[in-house]
Amino acid sequence: MKKVILITGTRKGIGKELAEYYLSLGCVVIGCSRGPGTIVNSDYRHHELNVSNEKNVVKMVRATKKEFSRIDILLNNAGIASMNHFLTTSYNTVQNIFNTNFLGTFIFSREVSKVMMKQKYGRIVNYTTVASALRLEGEAVYAASKGAIENFTQTISKEVAPYNITVNAIGPTPVETDLIKTVPKDKIAALLDKQAIKRFGTFEDIKNVIDFFIDDKSEFITGQIIYLGGIHN
Amino acid sequence: MTEKIEKIIVNSLIELNEELEGNPLGSPTKETKLYGGGGALDSLALVSFITDLEERISDEFDEDIVLADEKAMSQRTSPFRNVKSLTIYIQKLLEE
Repeated sequence: MKKVILITGTRKGIGKELAEYYLSLGCVVIGCSRGPGTIVNSDYRHHELNVSNEKNVVKMVRATKKEFSRIDILLNNAGIASMNHFLTTSYNTVQNIFNTNFLGTFIFSREVSKVMMKQKYGRIVNYTTVASALRLEGEAVYAASKGAIENFTQTISKEVAPYNITVNAIGPTPVETDLIKTVPKDKIAALLDKQAIKRFGTFEDIKNVIDFFIDDKSEFITGQIIYLGGIHN
Repeated sequence: MTEKIEKIIVNSLIELNEELEGNPLGSPTKETKLYGGGGALDSLALVSFITDLEERISDEFDEDIVLADEKAMSQRTSPFRNVKSLTIYIQKLLEE
């Protein structure tokens, strides 16, 4: 039976690469983004929505359940970043970041868990960042939104454990995607220097950790946060 | 509509009852107590019941409602106390 994977934020970047990778393995992939989809595949479904819009997320999850009867894996990939001194960060920016990063993760986790608890199986992977572990200056709000996701991940991992659902989080280092294209080069260099292994992360590095978390054999792995590059809390 | 909702709730409870140990709900009727104040469901069973009900409502009325929202949680008398109160609450949500 084909695994059904729901991935948020599949229009570009890591989300799109992951979607294409799992499609190539023969999975069904359900994706979403604020804009139209960019993946053409008969096993791919795209929903145009904002991940913090509860009504639209509920609709998307129910439509998926109706068509495929199950959702095996959820990757809460959608995220936005903002690098700014907190004194010059607007209230609006904070709301946007928390809406997409935390509320998006929350709503998708809740709605998909409802499907997973019935099938008594599920794997949820959330996204944090090394900026959270490092308390990186200039990323206070972004890191705080991810800090919320870390705590949420560990707490709900206990709440859904009786249903054989695992919830873990991956904390990537900077990867050369749109998310960091506006960050000054010297800032990125200073960040890479804080890692045990001083290089950019790659899609392969992220895929490796996600593959581990969602493996059937990882049923005893939950509430874990894995940072790439040798960063730790 | 009221009857339809009630029927959906009762059917969902019958199924839930089969999954729970010791048949705690007996034969569910309008008066069956659900959660809190002598209700037969614990919090895990309530979660399972709510998700099942949301899906049945969505299938029957083609309307995606979320049952556990602020209004439900902040009402002094919870709509989840018995079948009757839950029926009224769902009808209100559907009519909004």
